[in-house]
Amino acid sequence: MADDALPRPTPASPSRRGVLAAAAGGALLVGFHVPLPGRSTAAEAGTAFNAFIRIDRSGVVTLIMPQVEMGQGVYTSIAMILAEELDADFGRVALEHAPPDEAHYKNPVLGVQATGNSNSIRAWWKPLRQTAAGTRVVLVQAAARGWGVPVGECRTEAAQVIHDASGRRAGYGELAGRAASLPQPTDPPLKQPADFRLIGKPLKRLDTPDKSDGKAVYGIDALPPGVKFATLMASPVKGGKVARVDDSKAMTLPGVRQVVVLDDLVAVVGDHMWAAKRGLDELAITWDDGPNANVDSAQVWRQIRQASTREGATAKQVGDAASALSQGEVISAEFEMPFLAHTPMEPMNCTAHVTPGGCELWLGTQVIARVQSSVAQTLGLPPEKVVVHNHLIGGGFGRRLEPDMAIKAARIAQKVDGPVKVVWTREEDVRQDVYRPVYRDLLWAKLSGDKIVGWKHRITGSSVVARWLPPAYTKDVDFDAVDSAVDVPYDIPHLRVEYVRDEPPGVTTGFWRGVGPNNNVFAIESFIDELAKKAGKDPVAFRRANLDKTPRLLAALDLVADKAGWGSPLPARTGRGVAVQVSFASFIATVVEAEVDEAGEILLKRINTAVDTGIAVNPDTIMAQLQGGLIFGLTAALYGEITLDKGRVQQSNFHDYRMLRIDQTPPIAVHLIKSGEAPGGIGETGVTASIPALRNAIYAATGVALRRMPVDRSLLARGGRA
Amino acid sequence: MTELHINGELRTVDVPPDMPLLWVLRDVLRMTGTKFGCGIAQCGACTVHVDGKAIRSCLLPVGSIGDKAITTIESVGVTPAGTRVQKAWLELEVIQCGYCQPGQIMSAAALLNAIPHPDDADIDAAMAGNICRCGTYVRIRDAIKRAAAEA
Amino acid sequence: MTPARWTALTVVAVIVVAVGIAAWLLLPSPAMSFAGGKPVPLASYAGASPTGVPAELRAADPITRGRYLAKAADCEACHTVEGGAPYAGGRPFKTPFGTMYSPNITPDRATGLGTWSDADFLRAVHKGIAKDGERLYPSFPYEAYTLMSDDDVLAIKAYLFSLPPTHAVAPPDALAFPFNHRPLMAVWSLIYNPDHRFQPRADRSPEWNRGAYLAEALAHCGDCHTARNLAQALDNRRKFGGAVTAGWRAYNITADRSSGVGSWTDDEIAEYLHAGHAAGHGSAGGPMAEAVDLSLSNLTPGDTRALVAYLRSVPAIHTPDLPAPKAEAASEMPKQMAAGAANPRGRQVFEGACASCHGWSGVSPLTDLATLTGNRAVNDPTAINVAQIVISGARRETPNGAVVMPAFGRTYSDDEIAAVANYVTARFGSTPSSITAKQVAKFRQAQ
Repeated sequence: MADDALPRPTPASPSRRGVLAAAAGGALLVGFHVPLPGRSTAAEAGTAFNAFIRIDRSGVVTLIMPQVEMGQGVYTSIAMILAEELDADFGRVALEHAPPDEAHYKNPVLGVQATGNSNSIRAWWKPLRQTAAGTRVVLVQAAARGWGVPVGECRTEAAQVIHDASGRRAGYGELAGRAASLPQPTDPPLKQPADFRLIGKPLKRLDTPDKSDGKAVYGIDALPPGVKFATLMASPVKGGKVARVDDSKAMTLPGVRQVVVLDDLVAVVGDHMWAAKRGLDELAITWDDGPNANVDSAQVWRQIRQASTREGATAKQVGDAASALSQGEVISAEFEMPFLAHTPMEPMNCTAHVTPGGCELWLGTQVIARVQSSVAQTLGLPPEKVVVHNHLIGGGFGRRLEPDMAIKAARIAQKVDGPVKVVWTREEDVRQDVYRPVYRDLLWAKLSGDKIVGWKHRITGSSVVARWLPPAYTKDVDFDAVDSAVDVPYDIPHLRVEYVRDEPPGVTTGFWRGVGPNNNVFAIESFIDELAKKAGKDPVAFRRANLDKTPRLLAALDLVADKAGWGSPLPARTGRGVAVQVSFASFIATVVEAEVDEAGEILLKRINTAVDTGIAVNPDTIMAQLQGGLIFGLTAALYGEITLDKGRVQQSNFHDYRMLRIDQTPPIAVHLIKSGEAPGGIGETGVTASIPALRNAIYAATGVALRRMPVDRSLLARGGRA
Repeated sequence: MTELHINGELRTVDVPPDMPLLWVLRDVLRMTGTKFGCGIAQCGACTVHVDGKAIRSCLLPVGSIGDKAITTIESVGVTPAGTRVQKAWLELEVIQCGYCQPGQIMSAAALLNAIPHPDDADIDAAMAGNICRCGTYVRIRDAIKRAAAEA
Repeated sequence: MTPARWTALTVVAVIVVAVGIAAWLLLPSPAMSFAGGKPVPLASYAGASPTGVPAELRAADPITRGRYLAKAADCEACHTVEGGAPYAGGRPFKTPFGTMYSPNITPDRATGLGTWSDADFLRAVHKGIAKDGERLYPSFPYEAYTLMSDDDVLAIKAYLFSLPPTHAVAPPDALAFPFNHRPLMAVWSLIYNPDHRFQPRADRSPEWNRGAYLAEALAHCGDCHTARNLAQALDNRRKFGGAVTAGWRAYNITADRSSGVGSWTDDEIAEYLHAGHAAGHGSAGGPMAEAVDLSLSNLTPGDTRALVAYLRSVPAIHTPDLPAPKAEAASEMPKQMAAGAANPRGRQVFEGACASCHGWSGVSPLTDLATLTGNRAVNDPTAINVAQIVISGARRETPNGAVVMPAFGRTYSDDEIAAVANYVTARFGSTPSSITAKQVAKFRQAQ
């Protein structure tokens, strides 16, 4: 699972000042404390040094997590970064979810309190190191003053300040009270990488023991006293309304307490989810479908195909692509990507308790501050009257960047006496998602020998950014939709990248793990394979010939080609496909080996991926993220597609929105390239990598140049339609 | 009233006999370690043991269980196979978001109960019903082998 | 004789034989001719009347009685489109001649039966002629309903007219020439519609006669379970011997012990008719599941027993390609399997999508409805119903809510569905199937 699905706006320099200013904001963490079960119970409240570090008298260091744990291991990585510069004892740290508090915990790159865009480590790397180092400085000062020795003679280790000359030692716990009153320096010295004790080591994750024995508490596990259970059905057509509801049968079922009918949704409240679910099944609901009643997938595709004939807004211009492409043979291709649902394993849910003048929420969210503000707005409350308890997240993938589940729960809770846990059925989760947009990419290129000399890339699709982060949508270009296209890694003297915004009818679009680069790298890397064929070159050799300006990527390509045995013979209808990418400041090359059998079915054989992601804070986590991301991408490539008919999403659950399973999963080898560069993002990247690599493997195995995802297996059968 | 033998204790619940065990565990007995994922036995997040066998609790009516022994993620660690599986899971750092993992661990422990030294085909047969959206399958396979090796 | 004369004689002989065969093939075969005995007019039958509602409902109001008969005649299944209002029509029927759509039979005046008189309705049900004089196609089984008494037909009408009127227009039929000419059906009717009311057999018990009325006049079992002749009329010389209709195989329900239901006990058949499931014989799927849910499950126990008694009297027909179902469960151990081991794709689909509900043994750990052991469909080497149920799923209504098998057809390929069907028949049935992706593609189209 990923540190996923959020785009990167224009990189702002993450400033430590912001963090410290936040810390100076005063009384920290008042009235808010959601301990990680079994972890922080040992920590007392302790002394707060800033928004991120608290130390209790026994020396337990509590670290407040500005990013949420969705499985990407960020609680461990962030704790490692803080503990590294603090010289904390990693065995005695406690973790806490941050409360909704934009002032203190907004992501320095995104500018909002959100977890996504594979940037948790990238954004917080420097500010958190500085914060922790500043805290360490005042702890040392407090000890040195107490001992009457120069600060320079003291060192720190395992949550102790040590004065070697006198052999004196003081634990952070006993120093905390005095140290916290000292001003923390704004620009403390940071450790040299060679001195890292934690960073770079594959440390055990802090969140996983409780996840192995059922103790971990996710949003769906919240059980405030007196809670009732509800499930809901919202209008199956976007913009539709409830026309009428017959609840006579539902209300006779044992355990059913209440039917809540709102403008656009119906919920059944009961003593347990089973009663709620049965009650919902027995409701006769008539919908007024509204203006989207007749939307279907054919209309969606007609519209975007039409839109893609327009010239787009300029996203990137190098040299004179128009002239370069005006003469000689121009190669072109079109690529299309489908709507996708997120389907995290934990279905959408939120527990809400609305009282006169207040609201309390329990859920797992990637955007706790947005949940707070949007629920406050819905209920007409000031934000501080909405208390949000964040939880572990059973899969985000971008879905929990939305506050809709909290808003719906709060609206239902307004009609319910006491707290109510609103759990979506999987069917509702699939049908009421915000969907990864459909995209259509048009590419044109000109070759000179094995060099690309002209390039034009037109991306047509929805702008999620324009809805989600409106100020970041400027000059008619969605920076996420063109990500990894404007910075295509190949040396191309004349290049133009343009964007056509086209909002599909009948659905809301959202960020989806891998975000913009998924689409663009698929189109680019698929096209590159077709160009290589045109040039009569091997796909790896062709890429190599065009990658001079990106040496870190070239190194990854060389490594993966070697590890994958590129060029060695393969059986019939088996192929290797390569894809390279620079996304989220990580340099990744991937080779998928796959067999396409006579029936057109795909058998995944093995995957190798080489990654240079700069300094690897926790190498094991990076490997895990890539393994998982690759599988996430393969699932989408093989099966992922949401379709519409009569305004309704046609898929509903895992039988028709299919997932890759363990028995289809090949061995995956991740090769980490050692690097001293600043850390890159990783959660999204595997997803992006596997889709074009699989496509190119199929191309190599069968000669069929697939131009859209998911893979249409009927095109691949021997003697099939192709 | 229905009597259930859960994790070595006798629990009495007043629920309709057709109510699936999953919701009895989660919403009535407040044992939230067992997860809801799909409700149609396609994902395995709700897996528990009934007399040592892996069963999807989301479709198992409580009235059909009788006096069979139910084991959930909260106490599978007291069984030898469960202990080994949990240990291997942490050693190989299988878990990501962790939501499906109670089900994965229950399926893996049941597998080792039935087949102490499973090969890849045995692992496929026992584990293919458990979906992991984070994609931890590669490590799940390795961890089962590690757990088996320690038997 | 000269060679020319020989030739002429041969030609004549061939023609005579061909006409004879054709006539035999096309000859109408009355539904109850197997029973022998002497049909007597209803009025002169000595026993309790086989028509009407069962004794426990005799005193009920006309609409309740009509509802019982409408359920017994299973009007709803055909006259309701998926997701549409009950009885509002629009359900497509794919036939070899094209697609037809059932009409709206709610009392809507513009689009339903709202303006129909009793005589109009009787004529349609008994003679297959609509109010406007148009001939109806025999996909509306009037050659069965013609046996219904006038009282029963009008009771059904009373019930239909008690329903909320729904405004719904069925799509126009799409039939190939010459079948798009409705007047042709007059000829068909002349030959194949007996157009008389039910006549009891004096030498049979009242229970048998009631069962005959239920089976022949109302439930029209033969429409699916009896093969048709070239003119698409039921060939009752092969009565209840099984047939494939709309992509599903309705099995042999004669007394044959291996390929029919001869080895079932009366209670098992009654349970199956009532609940769509019987221990050791698995569950109904597809159209039979629908018939149980919408129709047969509503019958009183006495009527169910009568239906069983009648079914028992139908002569055994052996269906050579249907082996006796395998009664023993398969191994709990996934790898232990005699046949079909060389079917990795089938096993892969099964272990991911099927094993959680159906178990490796075929005995479901979750619900009896999902047990495969003993099920006729998994013991059918054509695997047609297995494939169909994988494609379109199943939904059974029980007193405690619906039990659902998901429809896997949308994301599983023809090859995968063929593979898993072959795996399932090999693992749980007595004879493995070996269907292909191409056949699955045809099954999909037949639905």
